[in-house]
Amino acid sequence: MADLAIRIGKIKFKNPVMTASGTFGFGPEFDDFIDVSRIGAVLVKGITGSERQGNPYPRMAETASGMLNTVGLQNKGIDYFVEKIYPEIIKYDTEIIVNVNGGTIEEYCMVAEKCNKLERINAIELNISCPNVTQGGMIFGTHCPSTIAVTDAVRKSFNKTLIVKLSPNVTDIVEFAQAVEGCGADAVSLINTLLGMAIDAKTHRSKLSTITGGLSGPAVKPIALRMVWQVANAVKIPVIGIGGIMNTNDAIEFFLAGASAVQIGTANFINPAVTIEIIDGINRYLNNKGFSSIHNLIGALEV
Amino acid sequence: MKKRIEDLKILENKRLNEEFFVLKLKSDQTFEKILPGQFAEVRVDGSPTTFLRRPISIYDVDYDENTLYLLFKIAGDGTLKISELKAGENLNLVYPLGNSFTVGNVKRVLLIGGGTGVAPMLILGKYLKNEFKITPEFLLGYRSKELIIEKDKFNSLGTVYITTEDGSEGHKGLVTHHPVLQENNEDIDQIYCCGPEPMMKAVSGIAKDNNIPCEVSMENLMGCGIGACLCCVVDTYDEGNVITCTQGPVFNSNRLKWQI
Ligand SMILES: Cc1cc2nc3c(=O)[nH]c(=O)nc-3n(C[C@H](O)[C@H](O)[C@H](O)COP(=O)(O)OP(=O)(O)OC[C@H]3O[C@@H](n4cnc5c(N)ncnc54)[C@H](O)[C@@H]3O)c2cc1C
Ligand SMILES: Cc1cc2nc3c(=O)[nH]c(=O)nc-3n(C[C@H](O)[C@H](O)[C@H](O)COP(=O)(O)O)c2cc1C
Ligand code: FES
Repeated sequence: MADLAIRIGKIKFKNPVMTASGTFGFGPEFDDFIDVSRIGAVLVKGITGSERQGNPYPRMAETASGMLNTVGLQNKGIDYFVEKIYPEIIKYDTEIIVNVNGGTIEEYCMVAEKCNKLERINAIELNISCPNVTQGGMIFGTHCPSTIAVTDAVRKSFNKTLIVKLSPNVTDIVEFAQAVEGCGADAVSLINTLLGMAIDAKTHRSKLSTITGGLSGPAVKPIALRMVWQVANAVKIPVIGIGGIMNTNDAIEFFLAGASAVQIGTANFINPAVTIEIIDGINRYLNNKGFSSIHNLIGALEV
Repeated sequence: MKKRIEDLKILENKRLNEEFFVLKLKSDQTFEKILPGQFAEVRVDGSPTTFLRRPISIYDVDYDENTLYLLFKIAGDGTLKISELKAGENLNLVYPLGNSFTVGNVKRVLLIGGGTGVAPMLILGKYLKNEFKITPEFLLGYRSKELIIEKDKFNSLGTVYITTEDGSEGHKGLVTHHPVLQENNEDIDQIYCCGPEPMMKAVSGIAKDNNIPCEVSMENLMGCGIGACLCCVVDTYDEGNVITCTQGPVFNSNRLKWQI
């Protein structure tokens, strides 16, 4: 058994495989299929200060090797999470990370402060990269001064491990990664979805209610890998790689590019057991290669 | 029963007529209980344009043989690929998913299906007959006579009324034109309906006008089928956007805002 443990901020994770926010519900949705406690960390669905209905149907369109979504952060708000969901999911013997969202800096801070008080929440992921909301979201993640303002403020509201999730919808993602590192973020995760479109040629309409949406799945993997590689070479804090990971090999590629951990998103929809298969697959891969630890792989790209 | 991911063996992939196919699938394990209205998410291998699984209703179950049946028609690349599968090959399913039709204190029930929407009506009819000793009445709508699906199976469970758009069998027109719904509906206690959305909307309207409780099974686009993506929502009066794949696909029609 190779050593899969990694450290991010103040946390030691038992393995480097996490779920990507918005693709795994809160965890119980997967109880019938897998032992959720075996996953390195569960990132729950994005949460805002108060309840949001999200965007109208239709919210998804399948595309070549991927999908577009425009869920728009439908959730019941942080208080509902604290009262109803948190008590249920602390049954899992693993890290639970809240994906924090807001329309204003105050809202982000309010959610972060409430998470700060929860004993079993050791980390939050600041989502400044949701492309599907008109207020906040990606606006904070694609304009560097706003990125700094929100990260600074949330850093002051939350004293445990802070991960900032970056948007790929920028010219130079490195600039944003360095900016949040400068604000005291403990790690960056990337990428969120890429802004895209799908049009129905028969009806002359967009396939999504909001016209544009976020692209995920294997179609985005080459871009995600390139961005992880660029960012890992430019910051000292750990990088969590996300984007189109469908199997063990995909995950290995992200470690080689410099990711210390990976998040699995869209793949959960097609194979609800994929996270566990990837954890076991990484272990087998390391054993076959004669590596004792995941650290033998991280950033080991030969150039 | 608990949801599972499983490779089932295809025993038969039968073309019923120009439009519809029935798959007979065998499991290695027993089925605890599959409820009427539940569906499976089918993985489509070898179709480059099909990335996500495809939701298909469970049409029939044989608990002694550990077999289940899916009824489908070719709508695009995914279902085209499924139609090409041969006996002996495997098909990967995540199932059983979703809620189910509910049965209250009822005597006369009308089960309305259109196209592949007849699929959940067969398993529901069986359930009503076997578990509640209720003889179902089916009202099934097709475009024409050639497309009628497995008449004997429905006939063995109860009364069957047919409508065809071209009048080649049964009553000419749409299900909503049939006398059983228009005229002889006083003592119907419950309507169940699955089919194209305009049909379900029209049936719900008639049910509402006549104060008959009506449950419909929605066919929203789905990303996951297990409540993880929130892509499949339907707008309701009482709860706003609710998740079709876990809180549905069956809904009391009075709850729905019926967008589009
Ligand atoms: C709960 C549920 C149960 C279902 N049960 C059955 C069943 O028993 N038998 C059956 O044949 N089909 C059923 N369907 C519909 C079936 O899932 C779609 O026909 C299938 O996904 C089409 O896939 P495709 O790749 O062949 O076509 P695609 O290429 O994906 O689509 C072809 C065309 O159909 C449209 N379309 C695809 N899916 C849907 C949908 N869900 N609603 C409306 N339009 C759609 C697309 O927009 C496109 O225009 C069910 C759907 C749901 C949600
Ligand atoms: C349906 C759906 C909902 C999502 N919701 C969120 C969210 O609430 N918060 C967030 O930070 N990212 C969200 N994402 C983005 C994913 O977490 C992930 O960054 C992205 O999908 C790329 O990874 P993948 O290709 O493995 O899916 C969502 C993605 C999808 C497909
Ligand atoms: S299809 Fe994903 S939540 Fe219903």
